[in-house]
Amino acid sequence: MMLQFIVDVLSLGSMYALFALGLVLVYGILKLVNFAYGELILVIGYSIFLLKGSPFPWFFMSFIAIIMCIFTSIATDYVAFRPVREKSVTAVLITSFAFATLLQNAALLLISAKPKNVPMPSFLSDSVQFLGVITPVRNLISIFVAVVCLFIFFQFMKRSLLGLAMRASATNFNMARMLGIPANLVITTAFALSGLLAGIAGTLWMSKISMVFPGIGLEPLLIAFIATVIGGMRSIQGAVLGGFILAFIDMSFNYLLPQDILKFRDAFTFSFVILILLIRPEGLIRGPATGART
Amino acid sequence: MKDFTNENFINILFFFGLFLLIYALNIFMGTAIFERIVTNLFIYIILVVGLQVFMGNSGILSFAHIGYMSIGAYCSGIFSIPVKMKSMALPDLYYFIQITTFDPIICIFIGGIFAAIVAAVLTLPLMRLNDAAAVITSFAVLMVIHSIVVGWSAVTNGPRTFFGVPKATTLELAMIFSFAAVIIAFLYKNSRFGLLLRATRDNEVAAESIGANTVYLRWFAVIVSAFLAGIAGGLWGHFITSFSPKSFYLRETFLVISMIIIGGSFTVTGAIAGALFVTIGYEFLRWIEKVIKFSDAIKFEFIGLTEIFLSITMIVFLVTKPKGLFPFLEIGEIIKKKFFKKG
Repeated sequence: MMLQFIVDVLSLGSMYALFALGLVLVYGILKLVNFAYGELILVIGYSIFLLKGSPFPWFFMSFIAIIMCIFTSIATDYVAFRPVREKSVTAVLITSFAFATLLQNAALLLISAKPKNVPMPSFLSDSVQFLGVITPVRNLISIFVAVVCLFIFFQFMKRSLLGLAMRASATNFNMARMLGIPANLVITTAFALSGLLAGIAGTLWMSKISMVFPGIGLEPLLIAFIATVIGGMRSIQGAVLGGFILAFIDMSFNYLLPQDILKFRDAFTFSFVILILLIRPEGLIRGPATGART
Repeated sequence: MKDFTNENFINILFFFGLFLLIYALNIFMGTAIFERIVTNLFIYIILVVGLQVFMGNSGILSFAHIGYMSIGAYCSGIFSIPVKMKSMALPDLYYFIQITTFDPIICIFIGGIFAAIVAAVLTLPLMRLNDAAAVITSFAVLMVIHSIVVGWSAVTNGPRTFFGVPKATTLELAMIFSFAAVIIAFLYKNSRFGLLLRATRDNEVAAESIGANTVYLRWFAVIVSAFLAGIAGGLWGHFITSFSPKSFYLRETFLVISMIIIGGSFTVTGAIAGALFVTIGYEFLRWIEKVIKFSDAIKFEFIGLTEIFLSITMIVFLVTKPKGLFPFLEIGEIIKKKFFKKG
């Protein structure tokens, strides 16, 4: 029972952590929230759905979907962020919100309002049993993929020149620019990485629900919001921690709460977010000290 | 600029004239569809002007506004459904509400007051947050209200349609409320609270150094704003008579925010202009959708076209005119400058 709970939390948490990480990357540098982030999941879902008839193997389809996701993320930068970046916070929030609505309604207009089935390889849903835990293969794959991604990501941030530039920009963007770090390159990289992480997490998400509809982006967006708020809006470690904590909270509610209170789960989690913001406005892990917006 | 009351007077007079003009236009057109559109417009004006009271004066974007509207709509609906209908519409309702019914107009006020109370309790601690944190929490408030409305089946009929609300909102009623909302917004903007709040918007540190208490000023603005949203919700509920939690969610939030952004959030004039333009544009696009649909020329469903158009307009506006159509001056000030040079 206990082990089952841990496996559930870890598999859910690894997905949440990847979602949160993608959101925090952009926030860390620009201090701006990307409301169109959830729509990356929509792109993943519809890309795989549209490729359904093609002769390619599934892994190739999801690979193309993730590339589409990266492109959409960069497009978000060009459409919603770059033109208004120097203006007010509100302006960017609204343009990204508008861009999200645009993508959703494009899906509604061009495809359908009804949920569409997204093909997934059947082995993902097979159950495996070990040490008394019964769990579908996809949960174990989620944990594995997340661990690998997080490892590569943190190594990249720590060791590569671009990673260093991004960390410098997240700490003090103006100073970094003055020292010769190309601002637009760093921002575009952040969006591309954010798209990549959302793409990977989105594929895992798809393997869980295996369908797509225009409003699909909301739930991942909320998850990423809550996780980053809990963990710390400016710290990438915080985002990962926040993802796992949120998964723990969600799972505990699922295990403990009776059915008729469970429908208020969202109200509980969001009240919890408000509480955290009150007690620790910075989140659990504080990021770099200076956080002035550029 | 000394005599604020005078400016208020010109503003209010202008909108009184405008509303009468719209009303006269409606009589002239005389169709039921047009009347429906105009009533909706007046309700939206209350909503957007209510949002302006908070957003314009404090400079903080709020997503929670539609949540307060839903509280007003449900609250007003619950108290006004006739006793006989109640057992059918809401079989699990608590006994003391089950046996009481008020006149819809009173209920609209109850809805507004209730929305204001909820906002007061929920948001006081949130008022010290700025920028992204403030927006995310307002988003969280919307989510909390929405999931409670969906979950509390005994009172709201859950995610299903809430029906049986008596139809009480006429065009005249909506217009009167709308006009009252405009007066409240203008009086608030130029009152002591409004001026101080606008000072904190422009420079929080400087305003606090001369004794403005940002938290309480914002809090008061939220309460006024939520009250107006609740009233708008009640009116809307008594106009549409059956609705579900889906009616008060992101789609409507997007619509209201697009109105205030296109019009300009710093002025009441902007809020009203935004409501006017977006409503006209929205109805025009809806009409085009319909024409295309029935013309059989293209076999294609055109749902979502309106939203796509709206979002593109919003992005274009934010890039080219980030403060909207009426960035700083109210219509009264513009008129004054034009006609009374030395005013």
